[in-house]
Amino acid sequence: MKVVVCIKQVPDTKGGVKFNPDGTLDRAAMMTIMNPDDKAGLEAALRLKDQYGAEVTVLTMGLPKAEDVLREAMAMGADKGVLVTDRVLGGADTWATSQTLAGALRNMDYDLIITGRQAIDGDTAQVGPQISEHLNIPVISYAQSLKIDGDSVIVERQYDDRYHVLKAKMPCLITALAELNEPRYMTPGGIFDACKAEITVWGRADLKDVEDSNLGLKGSPTQIAKASDKVRKGAGEKVNLDPAESVDYIVGKLKEKHVI
Amino acid sequence: MNLEEYKGVYVFAQQVDNVINNIAFELVGKGKDLAEALGTEVTAVLVGSGVKDLADQLAEYGADKVIVVDDPELKEYRTEPYAHALASVINKYKPEIFLVGATAIGRDLGPRVSARIHTGLTADCTQLDIGDFPLAPVPGKEQKHNQLLMTRPAFGGNTIATIACPDFRPQMATVRPGVMQKRARQAGVKANVEEFNPGFTPDHKYVEILEVVKAVANTVDIMDAKILVSGGRGMGSPENFKMLEDLAEVLGGQVSCSRAVVDAGWKPKDLQVGQTGKTVRPNVYFAIGISGAIQHLAGMEESDIIIAINKDESAPIFDVADYGVVGDLNKIVPALTEKLRAEIAKNN
Repeated sequence: MKVVVCIKQVPDTKGGVKFNPDGTLDRAAMMTIMNPDDKAGLEAALRLKDQYGAEVTVLTMGLPKAEDVLREAMAMGADKGVLVTDRVLGGADTWATSQTLAGALRNMDYDLIITGRQAIDGDTAQVGPQISEHLNIPVISYAQSLKIDGDSVIVERQYDDRYHVLKAKMPCLITALAELNEPRYMTPGGIFDACKAEITVWGRADLKDVEDSNLGLKGSPTQIAKASDKVRKGAGEKVNLDPAESVDYIVGKLKEKHVI
Repeated sequence: MNLEEYKGVYVFAQQVDNVINNIAFELVGKGKDLAEALGTEVTAVLVGSGVKDLADQLAEYGADKVIVVDDPELKEYRTEPYAHALASVINKYKPEIFLVGATAIGRDLGPRVSARIHTGLTADCTQLDIGDFPLAPVPGKEQKHNQLLMTRPAFGGNTIATIACPDFRPQMATVRPGVMQKRARQAGVKANVEEFNPGFTPDHKYVEILEVVKAVANTVDIMDAKILVSGGRGMGSPENFKMLEDLAEVLGGQVSCSRAVVDAGWKPKDLQVGQTGKTVRPNVYFAIGISGAIQHLAGMEESDIIIAINKDESAPIFDVADYGVVGDLNKIVPALTEKLRAEIAKNN
């Protein structure tokens, strides 16, 4: 069985966010980590490797330095890494990103594709389902458990007030929730091997059946009108009183606002 | 693509178990605002099995027209038949705007549909306006009017971005539940219904549903609560939530919580407020033992009155609280509950 996990190197949002003059992200200026939902997806794939001997390939699109996230995945146990990087792919929205990854996946063997539900930078949750549409395969989003049943996957798909147990024939794509599992750590041996491992680097020419008009900033239907730091409402009052006074203070405010 | 062909504002009227989700009424309400700005109408698209009777409810909240796609294949939500239903509606009716709720269903359905019809999709919007793109004239670039301007938080709520989709139609957005206002219900209004069935032939993309497991509904949805008493990691243990339940009961409110509490297994996911939980805007939000990570603030900062109780004076929750109390919640909360009980008894 061959599993491809799409992973993304994301800015650690705790470190603050920086923009280019055109309103797109200045990714180069921020600290990065492997996106948490993707890491759960990778762990799910590695468990299939442990259990069934699945071959696990990690795929990412990004700047050349995104190679680091592939090596991290390989140090955790992934077998191969593919980096798609090309100037013409920059500034992509979810449509153009999913077109790019689908173009790469058409040149790869897979029974199962796993993506994270969403990345912590964009928070869109769109790229996984969009890839599945471009590849014309079934999608199961929001996976909270995954098992293999012959040529199918059985997945618990989370909703707000329930979950569905779904069965889909492979090849298919699932998007993983961070709740799916507890990702393993890199091993010393894994880190050693991953440092030496060869990463496959692909550019525009290695994408199959994708038109230029669907790639990069130019191929993105959505455009940024403006981006800015969030303006928050200012802090109100803050008091530091003994407990009884604190209670009187809150009750007073609730009365003042006619809550009670 | 001839953009001029695309007219009208359409919204996906999500239903589960043949009960229309609140987000549908919120989208009809917002869709009506946008339609008025454009001089057009709002149409709700109701998809399911045996759902035609629900159409009048959408009219009561302002839908000018309801397109009903009714088929046994649509009984439970599944990505493929629902995507086929919406893509077929879009191809036939050619709306200029199509809104979907950013629910666990909409965030799966929206991307699949937008990819099928080749248009842009902006996720999880918290504000929608009609305006110009670019916002101000740029030399050498056509400024388009009457565009949908979609505003959304990103980077865990650190930034907001306004997005347009000037060259493709429909302009699609998923919209965060609990943010848009529904209109006042006009009881007795009958829907102008049009039925449409594009035909559903199961193929390899139709997944099989083996089981539907419903979580036990414990309380009212926290998104509907007027008063929320929300607890965080600072509560210290699941048992301590009893204090919050008592306070909520006295005020006729509900208990909610932060992500840390769900991650620790103290409370179920449907009580979680924040970026990966629910967005709430109650009249009063008590944040008790919640430090106020930016992802939490994103889900509650629109509340009318925010009261925070936290022992850590520097907790970021105090940056958004209207009334911040630095102190020991274990001493303050029970005493507050008793005092309020006495006050309310006195008023009656």
